[in-house]
Amino acid sequence: MSENRTPVLDVQGLGIDFGGLTAVNEFSLQVFNEEIVGLIGPNGAGKTTVFNMLTKVYKPSRGTITFCGKNTEKMSVVEMNKQGIARTFQNIRLFSNLTVLDNVRIGMHNKISYSNFDAVFRLPKFYEQEEKVEKEAVELLKIFGLEDKKDITAGNLPYGAQRRLEIARAMATEPKLLLLDEPAAGMNPQETEELMDMIRFVRDHFRIAVLLIEHDMKLVMGICERITVLNYGMMLAEGTPEEIQANPQVIKAYLGE
Amino acid sequence: MKKIKSFFRALFDRKVRSRTISFLIVILGYIVVEILLKSGNLSSMFQSLLVPVTCYMVAALGLNLNVGVSGELNLGQAGFMSLGAFMGVCVSGALAPVVSNTLLRLLLAIVCGALIASVFGFLIGVPVLKLQGDYLAIVTLAFGEIIKSLINNLYIGFDANGFQFSFVENKLKLAPGGKALINGPMGATGTQRIATFTVGIILVLAALIVIYNIMYSRSGRAIQACRDNRIAAESVGIHVANTKMLAFVISAALAGAAGALYGLNYSTLVPAKFDFNLSILILVYVVLGGLGNMTGTIISTIILVLLPELLRGLQDYRMLIYAIVLILMMILSNNAKVREFAESMKQKLTSRKREEAANE
Repeated sequence: MSENRTPVLDVQGLGIDFGGLTAVNEFSLQVFNEEIVGLIGPNGAGKTTVFNMLTKVYKPSRGTITFCGKNTEKMSVVEMNKQGIARTFQNIRLFSNLTVLDNVRIGMHNKISYSNFDAVFRLPKFYEQEEKVEKEAVELLKIFGLEDKKDITAGNLPYGAQRRLEIARAMATEPKLLLLDEPAAGMNPQETEELMDMIRFVRDHFRIAVLLIEHDMKLVMGICERITVLNYGMMLAEGTPEEIQANPQVIKAYLGE
Repeated sequence: MKKIKSFFRALFDRKVRSRTISFLIVILGYIVVEILLKSGNLSSMFQSLLVPVTCYMVAALGLNLNVGVSGELNLGQAGFMSLGAFMGVCVSGALAPVVSNTLLRLLLAIVCGALIASVFGFLIGVPVLKLQGDYLAIVTLAFGEIIKSLINNLYIGFDANGFQFSFVENKLKLAPGGKALINGPMGATGTQRIATFTVGIILVLAALIVIYNIMYSRSGRAIQACRDNRIAAESVGIHVANTKMLAFVISAALAGAAGALYGLNYSTLVPAKFDFNLSILILVYVVLGGLGNMTGTIISTIILVLLPELLRGLQDYRMLIYAIVLILMMILSNNAKVREFAESMKQKLTSRKREEAANE
């Protein structure tokens, strides 16, 4: 990665306090375009908290988040998504009473511009855009291997498929940066293998940056170009997979003395 | 011929079947009632129920959008009906000398009723819908009571010099030829009864069109997304408060329109009519018909409005039986065994059809 490019995401000195507890402190990270970056650390290290700050679910107490050269200080969750950050969740959050197709179509919410007036009176604009959205949604489902399940209620999908659908829904918002929170959790080795291929494919096909939290070291070491290690809310190390694997501090944090 | 066939197939396409069925039920119901009316086979008691049924139906359909589709509990639907009703009565009364066409006046009253209810809905929604939890239920419950008390103490009159209103006793000083439109606890009296069953049915159809077309569109998907998972909805760029507001305002507007029609169906209308019991009654129509199920709402409204009247012969035991039937219907419609049975019957029927098709 050439360091003189401007990063998609530039985080400097990020920190958050919950009451008197400092959950994350002095967290800095740069993610460049078309890069897969891993965020690892023991349980409770504050990885998901970092994600929640990046998407503004939590308001950071300190530090700056610059996304595509824009300061995001005053932006809300919705605006962060409109800027181009999409995410998945550690505990799957699908719209479980709606169909697979609808889940993806909801991801395309802000791509549709017809008004409620157009919808109530079913004006040509409505049909035009709905047809387009349905076509795009099916295309996306094809990529994630869910095309034949498009009319199934999302809550009834098998676990692995739900994880894939969550990524598909995130991709439907056309992000520049995709945040994956433990995408391989609960998957068997076979499924994890497929997931790795899929994440690579998504990066190459959509030409986006990916930042992922994961405990599965095979996945992390296999696809991440750079890794940041978090422990007790502080950054422990940063570097290539090889550097991280050789770092004595990281080994200590994971395995103890 | 082929075209007609494909048209009907499109109507009963799996995705829109429930929509078609609810329209058919309403239209069929209208035709049956009209035939009964024309042939003189409908008792005056049932005739007097026709307009109220359509009013309850519209209010319940609106409430179902709010409670079933958007997932926000609203306990003040009667308050919105009340606003619409008295607004409608005022509009109709004030316009009586100017607009002689009763149909046009009725439509204007309905539009004004819907407007005022949606304005109040919007004002309530602004602070409340930003919160998570059951706050809307609490606030709408209070709203219903407040509206009832307000109108109980409201005097509106109308004369050549324009409108007058007062909140303390009856201090209206109307010029000769003037008319008191709302008389505090006495409500609206001497209203010209211009509501008709046909307009009621048209209103039900309009409510269905609005609700279904919103449900199967960008906003409708967003409304359901916010219900299923608020955090995920925000993460894909949906503004949750605005989305819930849309459902709430449409629901209030429909209640207002229903109220206007209701108010113009009676010569006397007291504010106490729109109390908490009515809000709960409408909620019962919605819950019994199934949350988010518009066809169910229509059917349950018809049954539950007719039931007390059909049981009138039982005199004092009437409400007892009504309650038992209601509880039984709730149990049956939510019983896993009953559902399983219905599901298996459905499968048997469809598989038989498939076999027949294969044999052909």
